[in-house]
Parts: sequence; C-alpha cells; structure tokens
Amino acid sequence: MHLAGQALAGLDPLTLSRWQFGLTTVYHFLFVPLTIGMVLLVAIMQTAWTRTGDEKWLKMTKLFGKIFLINFAMGVVTGIVQEFQFGMNWSDYSRFVGDVFGAPLAMEGLLAFFFESTFIGLWIFGWGRLSKRVHLATIWITTFGVWASGYFILAANAFMQHPVGFVINHAKNRAQLTDIGAVLTNIVALNQFPHTITASIMFAGAVMVAVAAYHLKRNQYVDSMYKSLRFGLWASILGGIGTVISGDGLGLAMVQTQPMKMAAAEALYKTSTGYDASFSLFSWGTPDGSSEIFSVRVPYLLSFLSTHTLNGTVEGLNDLQAQYVHLYGPGNYMPIIWLTYWAFRWMIGLGMLTMLVGVVGLVLTRKNRIQLPKWVWNTAIWASPLSLTAIAVGWTFTEMGRQPWLVFSLMKTADGVSPGITGLDVLISLIVFTLIYGVLAVVEFGILRKAVAAGPDVLVAEPEHSDDDQLTVAY
Amino acid sequence: MALNHIWFLVVGFLFIGYFVLDGFDFGVGISLPFLGKDDTDRRVLINTIGPVWDLNETWVLVAGASLFASFPEWYASLFSGFYLALLLILAALIARGVAFEYRSKGESTRWKATFDWMIFVGSALPALLWGVAFANIVEGVPLNAKHIYTGNLFTLLNAYGLMGGLTTLGVFWLHGLIFITLKTDGEIKDRARQLAKRVGYGATVIAATFLLITLFQHFSVIGLLLTGIAAVALIAAQVANWMKREGVAFTLMVVTIVTAVGALFAALYPNVLPSTTNVAYSLTIDNASSSQYTLTVMSWVAGCMIPFVLAYQAWTYWVFRNRISRKSIPAGSH
Repeated sequence: MHLAGQALAGLDPLTLSRWQFGLTTVYHFLFVPLTIGMVLLVAIMQTAWTRTGDEKWLKMTKLFGKIFLINFAMGVVTGIVQEFQFGMNWSDYSRFVGDVFGAPLAMEGLLAFFFESTFIGLWIFGWGRLSKRVHLATIWITTFGVWASGYFILAANAFMQHPVGFVINHAKNRAQLTDIGAVLTNIVALNQFPHTITASIMFAGAVMVAVAAYHLKRNQYVDSMYKSLRFGLWASILGGIGTVISGDGLGLAMVQTQPMKMAAAEALYKTSTGYDASFSLFSWGTPDGSSEIFSVRVPYLLSFLSTHTLNGTVEGLNDLQAQYVHLYGPGNYMPIIWLTYWAFRWMIGLGMLTMLVGVVGLVLTRKNRIQLPKWVWNTAIWASPLSLTAIAVGWTFTEMGRQPWLVFSLMKTADGVSPGITGLDVLISLIVFTLIYGVLAVVEFGILRKAVAAGPDVLVAEPEHSDDDQLTVAY
Repeated sequence: MALNHIWFLVVGFLFIGYFVLDGFDFGVGISLPFLGKDDTDRRVLINTIGPVWDLNETWVLVAGASLFASFPEWYASLFSGFYLALLLILAALIARGVAFEYRSKGESTRWKATFDWMIFVGSALPALLWGVAFANIVEGVPLNAKHIYTGNLFTLLNAYGLMGGLTTLGVFWLHGLIFITLKTDGEIKDRARQLAKRVGYGATVIAATFLLITLFQHFSVIGLLLTGIAAVALIAAQVANWMKREGVAFTLMVVTIVTAVGALFAALYPNVLPSTTNVAYSLTIDNASSSQYTLTVMSWVAGCMIPFVLAYQAWTYWVFRNRISRKSIPAGSH
C-alpha cells in the first residue's frame, strides 16, 4: 500500500500529459490527411460524373465517398478530444495564450466546423433527394469547410512555432492579441498550409491506388478501378510535387523563424558556410557530433535548402544555444537531436518513395495494361501507408523540434501543464484514450477493408428514394 | 453593454443551442432500448437524427472554442478542474459517434447489439454529466487564489449537482421522445408518446425542484421570468403531447430548454465560475475575459457567421423534414 502510494506520487502530470497529447494528436492526424485529401478527390470525381454522365465516375464517387466517410467519423470524434485537451491538460498554457490562441480556434468552429458537419450530412443523406447540382455543391462546400478548418488550426499552431501579432500584458501575465491579420498570415501558417494539403492529397491518391490495385489484382470491376488507379496515381504524384515545393518554402520559413529546428534537423553543431553546409543523407554512429563514423553527404545542399544560395551560412546548434542562453537565460534550448535528425530524414525519404511508386505505376499501367504480376499490385497496396507515415513523422519533427518551447521564445512546455491535475488523473485518461483508440483502430480497419472488398457496383445498385414520402436512410 | 457581457450571452447562446439540438439526440439514444423492439425499429430511431447529429454535436465544439477565445481563464479553470468528468463525456461522445457510423457496417446481431449499447450509454452519460457540470458551475466549486480547482471528481457529485444531472437526463429524454413523435409514423410513434407521458412526470418533478432551488439561491427578476416560462412550457409540452400535437409539443420543449438553461446562466451572472473557498477567488465576467481587441474581432466573426450558420442549418432541417417509418427502411438491407 505504501509502495503503491509512492508510485502514484511519482507520476508526473507533465510527462504523462505530453505523452497523452502526442498520442492523441498523432492518432487524430492519422485520419485527418485522408479527410483533407479525399474530400477534394471525391468532389472532383462527382463533378466529372455530373458533367459527363459516365457511370464509372459515379461508382468511384460512391466507393471513395464511402471510404472517406468511414474515415471522417474517426477524425470528428478524435477532434473533440483535441479541443478539450488544451484546457484539461494545459490550463496554464490556455491562460497564457488564450487571448490569442482561442481566436483562430473559435473561428475554426464558426467558419469551418459548422460547414463541414452540416454539409457532410446533406451530402450523405442528400443522394436522390437534392438536385444533382445542389448535391454536388454540398461536397464542394464540405471541401471548403475541411480546408478552412485546416487553415485555422495551422494558424493556431503557427503561433506556437513563431508567435506574432501580440503583446505581453505583464499585469495579467498573458499574451494579448493586437493584430489578428498578422496571426492569420503568419509566415509559418502560409507555408505549412500548402504543405499539409498537398501531402494529404498525395496520401489520398495512394489510398485510391491501393483500393484499385486490390480489385485489379483480382481482375474485377476493371472499368471503374482502372480509372481509379490512374486518377489516384496522378493525384499522388501531383500532391507529392506540391509537397516538395511547399516543403522548400516551409524550410526557408523555418530557418528564418526557428533556426534551432533546422540545425536540429541536420544535427549541425557548428555553423557552416557553402561547401561545408552539406546535407547528410545517412549518418552512422550517434549524430551528436562527437562520434560520426561514416556519413554520406551532399555538399552545398543544406546551404541551398536553407538560403536558396550555394554559399549561404547555416547556424549551428552550439552557436544558437549560446545565443539563446544570452537571450532567454540559462537552460538547454536544443530539442532531442537524434529524433529530429531521423524524423526529418524519414519524412523526406518516405515522401520521395511514394512519388517513385507513383511514377513507376504510371509507366507500368499505361495504355490500359493491367495484366501485371501479383507482386506489383501488392506493392501498390502496401505502399499506401508510406506517405501517411511520412506525414506522422513530419509532424513529430515539427513539434519535437519546437521543444523545449511550448510557444517559441515565450513559454516552455514544462510551464504550460495544468497545475491542478494529478498524475493519477492523467494516467487514467491516458489509459482510457489508449484503450478506446486501440479498439477503434482495429474496428475502423476492419470496416474499411470490408468496404473496399465489397467494391463499387453494389453501392450504385442501391435504390434511391426519390419518392417524397420516404427519407433516404444511411444508417 | 460591454463586450465581455455580450460574450457571456454569446457563450450562453451557444450552449443553449447545443442543449436544444444535441439534447434530442441524447433523448433518441436513451430511448433506443426502450422503443426499439427489433432492428428495424432501432434503425428508424437512429435515422431520425441520422443527417443532423454531427452538426448538433458540433455546437459543443464551437461553444467550447468560443469560451476559450472570450474567457480563457474560465476555460482553463473549468476544463482542468472538471478533468475526469470531461474525460467521461469525451469517451461517451466518441462511443456514440462511432456507433452511429459503424452500426450499419456489419450484419451480426452481436455487432449491432454492441453498438446499440454504446449509443445508449454514449447518450445517457453526457445527458447526465452536462447537468452535473452546469449545476456545479452555478453553485460554485473550490477554487484557490490562482483560480485553480482544488476538489476532485466526487466534489462535483454533490446533491445539487446530481439533481442538475437528473434534470438534464429527464428533460433531454423527454425532448428526444417528443422529437421521435414528430419525426416518425406508425406504431413506434404511439409508443414514443406513451413513454413520453411517463418520463414526463418524473422529469417535471425533478426539473421543477432543481430550478426552484436555483431560483431561491440566486434570485433575480429575469431568473424568475425564465424559470416561470420554463415551468409553464414544460407542462404545456406534455399536454400537447397527450393531445397528439407533436409540432406544438416539440416547440414547447425547445422553449423549455432555452429558458431553463437561460435561467442557469442568469443565476450564474455576473460570475462565470464562483469559488466556494473564498468569494474573492471567484472567476467573473470581468476578471476572466479576453482583451477588448480579441472580443471585438470575435464579435465581428460571430455577428457575421451565426445568422448565416442558423440559416443553412435551418435549411438542412427543412430538407430532412419528412417523417420516417418502418416503410422507409429498405427490406433486406442492414
């Protein structure tokens, strides 16, 4: 009993809250990219059907619409947790930044969530009930809602990476908003948004490819699935190209606003210029700067990524650490270097691999070729989680690279946790979320698999109730 | 009127909107095991709220985010203080949401029974806990000088809190049953009306007691007016239900919830979270609010968006205005 008491007293609400926020956020964001990407692709497919009347497009709209919805539900229910957690686990953070940070969140609700949730209901239940044009409009409005929601939440996140548009009110000990325009046009948000959107399209395209490959491997539903395959491949590659371009912009913004994060991405300890500002593709040994045994480096590349010139200077971790001690007082201002270093590489590597799979796929399946060996189709199926993993490690890099700051230069993570909650409270919630999320992941995957296996034709064959006495039922 | 007072009303409006809308969703969910004799019945019930439950639930997100933006101190103290209660609400809302979506994705009886059970618990638990939470907000909780909650989960489960919980549970259940009579046809409608009679007696007694205690402890003229309207509307709604006037009954239930929750906010004013430890530690409209600039920005956004939101949500309800019955469920589907 005494030991148990000691163990409970040893539970640290800060550490547990960090784990919980990480777990719930990464989990939430496993579903969001597919929502962001697929809603656009479904809207495009439905537009193509409305304009051409080609039934293949209708089948694709219905099948991928169904996959979109199964996934959407998970994004919605796990999203509520995100909003509540700021107050539940990070109340001192909420007190400190609420005047600034709350505004984009409330705007997200008023301008985006209501659109999403209302028009998605109209879209699901509106088949055969709304006119074709109005029904098409509902999915485009949903797309607007989903994307707008993404923008506002990224603007809120950007404030944590690079706070702008505020003053510190010392009497109230909080940050106060002075310029909402600056918060909404934060250079980090402007660059993070296209990066997030295009990466999501890349993943949604890869999911379409995987679904199509599943059926083409079995030589079934060939008409609509070949079209889906090509559509998905193009979406994935174009999304990938957009991710590279926007990632370049985001990198420049990062060097400008959070140089420590860029240095940590490269494990660059010494400030380097030109040839020496090289990008290491691989490093063997611990990348702590002291014991590098072997590495493959591309000279000039880091200089180019950071400054768009070959002879630019990239600040190293040691110099930045000294600067920050001077600016913010004693302390360690470096994030966990091995984590940022490898997360950055995995993000880029997996994204590139997704594009490579896409290009090879386009070549292999050109001119209606679908008689391909099974392993080709299996590769297409198993390649689909690559870009999702890239997105997850990318966010891990972004958020872990921000440490030890909660809001860069203003508040440290350790100072943001709720003072009133106990370690036991957070342990309970962490266990509850882990269990619920674990079970849901299994159920969700099973349902998705089943929806994919059922194929598109059965969805189109469903009777539509145009009779006014009857309501279309979807549950 | 100062902007922070207006935002107290906006936050009140958003929570009232949430309780009016998700209130009947909860009521439908709670009714599932009582009215749904077979799978077809249960599908009729679920489909009465099918197109709208998600938008209804969104109101709590918007209410919470608006609370954060306009009263950060309130949001911070409330959400961290009510930690485990909110965890239960979150778990319940997650269970309910996925159950609606996933129930129809399998055929086996066990699959469906599991999700039916999740819908029931996921509806009953928040219906109860929102009442507990709001009763405690009105009554006050132990807050220290730094506005930090010093109680635990059981502090909230006091007699007055539980009475508030039973009030929302009963009223939302009744609201849902009357909504079912409005949205369905056939035998299930009759059963909903009968059940509404019995639930109505209990809900009326407990709600009247709770609201009267609240009124006497925090008397105000506006509180008296709102409580009076709520009581009359609650009784009139049941008379209309007996007389088979579903539309009138439902409208009166909406009036009941608007005025009853309004009476709670009137009792709270000008506090937002009173401290039972020391009155000086209470969070008020003045010491918990955001800066003038933030409130101005948010007023523009809310002023432009809320009428628009109400318009398109009203249109959604109009699109899905038809009654649904066993005939609406396609045979052989699941």
